Amino acid sequence: MKGDVVLEAENITRYYKVERGSFQKPAILKALDGASFQLIKGKTLAVVGESGCGKSTLARLVTMIEKPTSGELKIAGVNIITADKKVLGDLHKKVQIVFQDPYGSLNPRQKIGHALEEPLLVNTTMGKKERRDAALNIINLVGLRPEYYDRYPHMFSGGQRQRIAVARALMLNPEIVVLDEPVSALDVSIQAQILNLIATLQEQFDLAYMFISHDLSVVKHIADEVMVMYLGKPIESGSRDTLFRKPHHPYTRALLSATPVADPFRTKERIVLRGELPSPIAPPAGCTFHPRCPSMTEICRDKPPEPYDIDGCMVACYHPKTY
Amino acid sequence: MTETTMQEGIEEGIIDSRPTGFMADLREFWSYFSENRGAVIGLFFFIAVVLIAVLANIIAPHLPNEQFRDALLQPPFWQTGGDARFLLGTDAIGRDMLSRLIYGSRYSLFIGCIVVSISLVVGVILGLMAGFFRGRVDTFIMRIMDVVLAFPSLLLALVLVAILGPSLINAMVAIAIVQQPHYVRLTRAAVMTEMTKDYVTAARVIGVKSLRLMFITILPNCMAPLIVQAALSFSTAILDAAALGFLGMGAQPPTPEWGTMLAEAREFILRAWWVVTFPGVAILTTVLAINLMGDGLRDALDPKLKRS
Amino acid sequence: MPLLEIENLSVTFLTGGGQFTAVDRVSLNIEPGEVVSIVGESGSGKSVSMLALMGLLPWTATITADTLRFDGQDLTTISKKQLRQIIGSKMAMIFQEPMTSLNPCFTIGFQLSETLKIHMGMNRAERKKRAIELLDLVGIPEPEKRLSAFPHQLSGGMNQRVMIAIAISCNPRLLIADEPTTALDVTIQAQILDLLLTLQKEKGMSLVLITHDMGVVAETAERVAVQYAGQQVEKQLVKGLFSDPHHPYTQALLNSLPERSTAKILPSIAGVVPGQFDKPAGCLFSPRCKYATDLCRTTPPVVASLEFGRALCHYPLLAGLPTNYPEEVSA
Repeated sequence: MKGDVVLEAENITRYYKVERGSFQKPAILKALDGASFQLIKGKTLAVVGESGCGKSTLARLVTMIEKPTSGELKIAGVNIITADKKVLGDLHKKVQIVFQDPYGSLNPRQKIGHALEEPLLVNTTMGKKERRDAALNIINLVGLRPEYYDRYPHMFSGGQRQRIAVARALMLNPEIVVLDEPVSALDVSIQAQILNLIATLQEQFDLAYMFISHDLSVVKHIADEVMVMYLGKPIESGSRDTLFRKPHHPYTRALLSATPVADPFRTKERIVLRGELPSPIAPPAGCTFHPRCPSMTEICRDKPPEPYDIDGCMVACYHPKTY
Repeated sequence: MTETTMQEGIEEGIIDSRPTGFMADLREFWSYFSENRGAVIGLFFFIAVVLIAVLANIIAPHLPNEQFRDALLQPPFWQTGGDARFLLGTDAIGRDMLSRLIYGSRYSLFIGCIVVSISLVVGVILGLMAGFFRGRVDTFIMRIMDVVLAFPSLLLALVLVAILGPSLINAMVAIAIVQQPHYVRLTRAAVMTEMTKDYVTAARVIGVKSLRLMFITILPNCMAPLIVQAALSFSTAILDAAALGFLGMGAQPPTPEWGTMLAEAREFILRAWWVVTFPGVAILTTVLAINLMGDGLRDALDPKLKRS
Repeated sequence: MPLLEIENLSVTFLTGGGQFTAVDRVSLNIEPGEVVSIVGESGSGKSVSMLALMGLLPWTATITADTLRFDGQDLTTISKKQLRQIIGSKMAMIFQEPMTSLNPCFTIGFQLSETLKIHMGMNRAERKKRAIELLDLVGIPEPEKRLSAFPHQLSGGMNQRVMIAIAISCNPRLLIADEPTTALDVTIQAQILDLLLTLQKEKGMSLVLITHDMGVVAETAERVAVQYAGQQVEKQLVKGLFSDPHHPYTQALLNSLPERSTAKILPSIAGVVPGQFDKPAGCLFSPRCKYATDLCRTTPPVVASLEFGRALCHYPLLAGLPTNYPEEVSA
């Protein structure tokens, strides 16, 4: 099981200052509040959570668009916070991203071919001909036709655009690809095509994936490791099989039960959570989940639980369900 | 396994023969543009004005500053006392109105082009910087623009010309400065919208540097509103230049600039209507045509109205 | 007598490139108190057919139907005014985007009482009382306070609850929910679906749930109509649909769901939904269908019998295999 660790995050956080007018002190928004994980070559880490749980912030940190406020983020053994500019430039090439919305992620005024060649143009010294060959090669690899090279994005459907976005992410031969909800904007029949493409490419190039999603059925299909997040904190993480078979944290269990399953014959335990996500600017004290938690007690309100190991899963809860 | 799954994605049997390239874009643009009748009329009128300006020395029957001492304030040819030599009559010192108007179109288009180019280039650069870097740069640029906007535009232009000295070139510079803030604001707003799009983030992840990001990734996507603004401010520039000319602060006589012509003819407004009317009509129709064309451009280039 | 009868409803749009048939001969009967789901991908015409029913399409649309009857009233012949009286009171609709479906300029209370004023003719005090009652019914805490809140002060889930409150304010007999939970988080989706089903049972409404999510269908609907490229390809009871789909599209769609597959590579459907300019001559699904024959590619199929789920297919499936199939098929 133990492969090469390509990315290691140790307790990384990202806080934003939110201005509240000239007369009030700016508030601190803890978008990500202490996450630790590893990305392993050829494996997929799925990050699951609802809106506002910090998964998009995590994507921005891993792709080095932003730097963490604190904590340690090592890519290929290099700490990106202390690394100098030249090393960072090389690291940038190793991490690429595919976005959720295939309509917004491609430049509408840029031909497909140019979009694919741009990474090579700005990062390498390849000649025009070489770049073109590389682009055509990857167009074929992701299942598109070579004549698409000269087309503009608006001529493509969502699924085709997502293929192009995947192709662009692969142009620099990255080691890590962050997939930020890559299939949630797509139709069901197209979703399967893209998931297959992602899976095949991973096998072919031995890529480490960080797969961000809110859809547990997709995560169950594609992930090796799963990390469930709530209000900026990972609350449970572990291997896919353990986590789906034996969810410990009440939030994980609620999430699992709330995900609709395409099987009308199945009767399942239904935990409907009360209330909504609290604002991340003023998160509840103690365990951030306690206002919605069915098994909340006094201690949950006072002190945030530290994650600890239960059957190979890291769980941050005082009252995990045990099996 | 790899082979088979890759093949499934290639859409065999679906032939996609939609045309691509510049001509197809142009054709699409024309189909949207031609839906607007006024815009097409405006475009043809504008083309006509351009042609007249280019071919002025061939079309014009006389030189603009040639004085016919025998024909002072001659009415247009269809009125009694008119002369077929001077189709639109002559002015107080016997210059042919038609020829002056024809040569005047050169000045109007020249003014429009120069003013739009100056304000477009400077405005785009400032707006791009403000929208891209935000923070202090943004505040600095935008506050200056706010100050410029706080003055009534023509008054500011007048003050600038008064400082620089009255001449056509100075008038154009003054008008360009007055129009600047509109371009800066428009560019900044467009850049800020585009900056939030995923493709900009994707370009950053790829490793695209700021300068390329600004001018090659973002700018082309902000052009549509700028083109429309350029078309509309072309007409404003002509109007402002005419106004400055009328007030004696723009082109100086005997330049056959339309606004200056109006100013010179002011005292004859009751005696010889044609001396005042024709320059006025020329300004009116040209500005109207350009505005109509600008509206059509906006309809054709606005991506919100576009369906692919 | 069914509450809603639709027979051969077609909707065509006038577009820049000619006529585009968005809905092609769709038929649907809805009994009182029933939960029916219309499922399909984008461009399948599932929303358009319901919008056509409510007369909410733009002028470029042409609607034709053999029968369009709601609660005994023929919707094709009644006047605009009568239709407006039905819509919002007897027949209500909620939409996908709760944030944009409510007018941001007015308070929740105002928007709720607007409907009550128009359709129920209540006075101010009655309206306020009823509005509080409704907000309470849809599970909004502190309803008195919320009446003076603006939509942007509430979350997406809360706004969707308000939309539901407005929709049920006049005790409609039919509630059409167009992707009501797509824009919401999973745990909120579960809350809203629960709420819709509870209200449907309590009030004895019929509920039409338009969705693309097979999971939502399986957990809520009693009957399902599957749409593909504007056509209705299958109509079945929900259990039958998931255990024995009769149309190849339904079968392929179900197989491509990640939760129903164990292999790493999903059996996906190749290609894309045909658009306005590349509609195939025969069966619309034929370019993507693994059972397609020359007959499928040339001749449009007719609707199969009831036991085949009214599948729009030349060789409707039975127990996963096509019937009357000309060639040897290996399972």
